[in-house]
Amino acid sequence: MESMAATTRDLLKESVTSLRLLTRNRIGFLGFLGVVFFILLAFVGPSLIPLDTETKVAQIYQPPSWGHPLGTDHQGRDIWSQIVHGGKDLLTVAFLAGLISTFIAVSLGSLSAVVGGAFDSAVMGLTDIVLTIPHFPLLVVLAGFVRLNTVWMLALIIALLAWPSLLRAVRSQVLSLKERDYVEAAVALDLGTRHVVFSEILPNMMSYIAISMIFAMTAAIYAQVGMFFLGLVPFSGNNWGLMINLAWTRGAIFFKDSIYYIMAPVTAIAIFQLVLVSMTRSLEEVFNPRLRAGE
Amino acid sequence: MNIFARLPGSPRDRRPLGVAFPRAVSATRGIARLINSVVSNYLFRKVLKAAFTIFFVTSLTFFIIRLMPANPVDVYIQEMIAQYGMAYDEARNQAAALLAIDLSAPMYQQYFDYLGNLLHGNLGTSYRSKGTPAASIIVKFLPWTIFSVGVSLLISFTLGVVLGMLMAYWRESPLDHVLSAFASIMSSVPNYLVAMMLVVFLGVQWKLLPITAMRGSMSPGIQPGLSLHFVGDIFFHAALPIATYVLTTIGGWMLLMKSSTISTLEEDYVTVARARGLSDRRITTAYVGRNAALPLFTQLTISVGFIVGGSVLIESIFVYQGVGLLLINSINARDYPVMQGVFLVIATAVVLANLLADLLYSRLDPRIRITGGE
Repeated sequence: MESMAATTRDLLKESVTSLRLLTRNRIGFLGFLGVVFFILLAFVGPSLIPLDTETKVAQIYQPPSWGHPLGTDHQGRDIWSQIVHGGKDLLTVAFLAGLISTFIAVSLGSLSAVVGGAFDSAVMGLTDIVLTIPHFPLLVVLAGFVRLNTVWMLALIIALLAWPSLLRAVRSQVLSLKERDYVEAAVALDLGTRHVVFSEILPNMMSYIAISMIFAMTAAIYAQVGMFFLGLVPFSGNNWGLMINLAWTRGAIFFKDSIYYIMAPVTAIAIFQLVLVSMTRSLEEVFNPRLRAGE
Repeated sequence: MNIFARLPGSPRDRRPLGVAFPRAVSATRGIARLINSVVSNYLFRKVLKAAFTIFFVTSLTFFIIRLMPANPVDVYIQEMIAQYGMAYDEARNQAAALLAIDLSAPMYQQYFDYLGNLLHGNLGTSYRSKGTPAASIIVKFLPWTIFSVGVSLLISFTLGVVLGMLMAYWRESPLDHVLSAFASIMSSVPNYLVAMMLVVFLGVQWKLLPITAMRGSMSPGIQPGLSLHFVGDIFFHAALPIATYVLTTIGGWMLLMKSSTISTLEEDYVTVARARGLSDRRITTAYVGRNAALPLFTQLTISVGFIVGGSVLIESIFVYQGVGLLLINSINARDYPVMQGVFLVIATAVVLANLLADLLYSRLDPRIRITGGE
């Protein structure tokens, strides 16, 4: 009797744990689905839904309807079509900035840990300095250099300030992984630096690097939308950041009806940030046994 | 002649040269060791590095600012043409009269002039507000930023630590789930979006707050002083910025404190304290709370440094007269000395805060003091 009760209890406990894991995975999965949705919306959507550019004075600030799912803006144009067309630049800049800063951090960080010596101290000195400069004020100045509609340039200046904290983490992880037995074995077997770094050390940090890259992307979205909002970057066309800028300067603070115009891009950006972060959160919980144990 | 032989207490003839030598060597060695110990001293190196960082950031921003497209004169001319419909020549003459600045000197000369003035504590004079020293403009804007961000940092840190501990103790309870969801949503939404939503909903949609009257850092005509009226007024104007900062930073503190508390609860000394039969209250305050909050204090000091720089967008949205707004305005006018001054203040604040964090951490945690001492 007693042992049977114990097995059922164990089974129950087990299933509760796996259920909890599943729900945690589900949050991450939802986040993942959300990210896929946004990518489709921004890159495939524009070819399906035409951009409404016609000014219709009679339809200014209309509430949502079948014809205009998100209402209309200060010139009577459909907001939904602007949302569909306004994600591409934003997502591209975020992805590029995340990629560039992660690349700088991982390559310089692991190199610095493996090579050591003067190179290491130089890299760390530079890292400490860039880490102490407040990013946004400097970005505001650097934004002055961005030319009209150059996506890669905006991504580059954001990435140039975003790598230091990941570099530090990568370096310290490589330093600790370097001492592990299997790495020392690979070194003893004379498998070459490239093999040691890329096949023995980096795969162990992949989840961490992936999470950091997604966080770098959210930071890049924060920075670029902030600059768009302040009107500092010479970008034209459709873009959620510019929509916020326009909505804000053209009447969100005065007209009650303009709520859909400002809330549409604000919500889009907020939800995109949220799905990105929830994706990493589930990765984090899956890879961090301390959190998973729940005890 | 052997000078060492003349040293007192060294008999001249009885001692050969080579024996007198070690004393002298040990004397110079002592000085060398002293210099060495100063140079390798933890604090000295930190201070040196801090000074270098400030210098580096100042130099970097000096050149970046001056390499920016459009100089102060161009910007002014454009503004005059756009706002008052002036002809180009007229606008240029007015710009030349108002902005008596010489930008034709070679860059390196301007740079050394600037550094020289800086060493005398002179930040230069503003281009736009003619004859006003940049330092006095910054001093007028800085207190408001320190006040608004400082108050919100205190509120969000205290609340966040308490809530984070509650979440860790009642893990997996409904309270934890609700608070965790709140914390992760709030820490992933950009702060300026929260600020805009506050304005749009509280001010425009529901008309709960007089948004336009709350702009600025204090009502016009009010006398600064320790009167209830003045204190009430500055809190009235700072209320929305403070609400934004607290809402958007509290989630981070909560999650940080939660995970820190969870890992502290697993420490052996907590288990031992439990086994000794100490009261829960004592364990919570003396064993868990203090140790769990330890890593957060460093984070707090570092956030203090970012007080000055982290307010650019929020202050623009609420038109709050702090350094963030000053920075944006001076950038738009290309007012080099003011921009440069704001960057100097920001960099110094961050560097000093980092220095403080380092020192504070070794003071607060005796384990680090022992192992990190030498």
